[in-house]
Amino acid sequence: MSLTFSLAHLMGGIVLLCGFLLLSQRRLAAMITLYQIQACVLAAAAFWQGWAQHELNLYLTGIITLALKGLLLPYGLRQIVLRFNLRRAVESGMGMALSLILGVGLIGIAVLVVLPSTMRAVSLTREDLAIALSVVLLGLLVMVSRRSALAQIIGFLSTENGLVLAAIGMPGMPFVAEFSVALLVLLAFLVVGVFLLRIREHFDTLDVTGIEAIERRGR
Amino acid sequence: MLGFALGLIATLLHAALVFAAAPLVAGVVGKIRAWALGRRGAPVWQPYLQLYKLLRKSTLVPETATELFALWPVACFLATAVAMLLVPSFCTGMLTAPLGDFITLIGLFAIARAATMLGGMETGFGFGGAGAGREVLFSIFAEAALLVALLCFVLLAHGATVDGIAVAFDTQHIGISVSLGFALAALLAVALTETGRIPTDNPSGHLELAMVHEAMLLEYSGRFLLLFEYAAMLRLLLWMDLIGAIFIPFRLGQAGDVFSWPGGLLLWVLKIGAMAVVLPLFEVSTAKMRVFRVPEFLGAAMLLGFLASVFLFVAARIGS
Repeated sequence: MSLTFSLAHLMGGIVLLCGFLLLSQRRLAAMITLYQIQACVLAAAAFWQGWAQHELNLYLTGIITLALKGLLLPYGLRQIVLRFNLRRAVESGMGMALSLILGVGLIGIAVLVVLPSTMRAVSLTREDLAIALSVVLLGLLVMVSRRSALAQIIGFLSTENGLVLAAIGMPGMPFVAEFSVALLVLLAFLVVGVFLLRIREHFDTLDVTGIEAIERRGR
Repeated sequence: MLGFALGLIATLLHAALVFAAAPLVAGVVGKIRAWALGRRGAPVWQPYLQLYKLLRKSTLVPETATELFALWPVACFLATAVAMLLVPSFCTGMLTAPLGDFITLIGLFAIARAATMLGGMETGFGFGGAGAGREVLFSIFAEAALLVALLCFVLLAHGATVDGIAVAFDTQHIGISVSLGFALAALLAVALTETGRIPTDNPSGHLELAMVHEAMLLEYSGRFLLLFEYAAMLRLLLWMDLIGAIFIPFRLGQAGDVFSWPGGLLLWVLKIGAMAVVLPLFEVSTAKMRVFRVPEFLGAAMLLGFLASVFLFVAARIGS
């Protein structure tokens, strides 16, 4: 077990820990901070892997992650919170305890799915992959369990962090794929920002239950 | 024979050090906390003066209290003191090491906690009962979280004594594993709750309604209060020792080797010092939680401990 692996492993663990804590937070400010920490650790992991694998592309990934997701997106999210005057607790669609237990279940599923299906790979790489899948699933769970549109966006962004984590752990991932994913996230964020504006214009809130009510009436 | 004598000396040195240093650690934490808040703060030896003051004050027993009123401070202090002797500070292999089972330790914490709660309810006044009720609410989850985190340590170290865990983590190549990270997060949450620090309880609060630990001590005075306060200081150092021994066990001294003691002592001082700086900085950067949020916080800690074990179990079962 070399230092390369164990450090990468540790950073993956911190990213997963942030993803799990994201699920347990009720306040938007705390969620944004956790997302920022997650992105910064992810950038550090990318730099570390770049140094270990002697891969220039991974440095670029790290720089993009740090600049875009560690600084720009949290800034944007905080601006949205300020502009829309959203300094409130997030309404969660289900009980906090239930969503945490579901989170643990999802991590268990991720581990159970990944470890047997990758028997031939190096053991720590497999665990990294399991961690990355867990982060993706936890992000999805955040999207499902929160009613505020902004919290759902944070869940979406954290899902993407999980994807990048999986990508930097595997040697030989083409840089184009990662770059396009990063670009896609930026675009998605812009589109979603416009969406948020529209939602707020119509309903005076970012709570998506209003949309669900309309949907039901439409049927 | 020589080994036994060295072990005895190490144990006595450990006891003298921790019992003497506990108020100092509390004082350092208070000082740095005051600095972080932009105040000058009391001198670091203030807790000693406070204990001395309590020693000279008269001890009152409320009329409504039973004969057991005097028993609870002693029970709380003794349980904490015994636990203190079991956790290694600067060296492993002390005479008390084979007794220092983690589950014994959890039991001793429970005795101390139960004594404090019964002391709070002794006189039958409202705040003490409320404090005891909250303490029970917290401790259910804290104990469960501690037990699941323990499961992870036992799986990794193949032994349940704190000493054995420290030696195993120091000498074996465990490496950095995700499980230990999760267990650390769980243990930190439990430690903050057990020592009554900020996210769950405010050690310097003066509002009875918001108190947890302090509310149970409101009726105590003089020497009884001294025992409770000293036990609280011991508990703080105890948790620092415990976390230090499990997660930073590197270069711990060995009781049988005198020449490893100075290094162990130096590192122990550094470890405790670092934790005494980090704790108040963390405290001033967070707000106290609402009482009914605390079970959620500790529930998350429990799930983290659970996750740690899940990772270990699955990795062991599927073959790593």
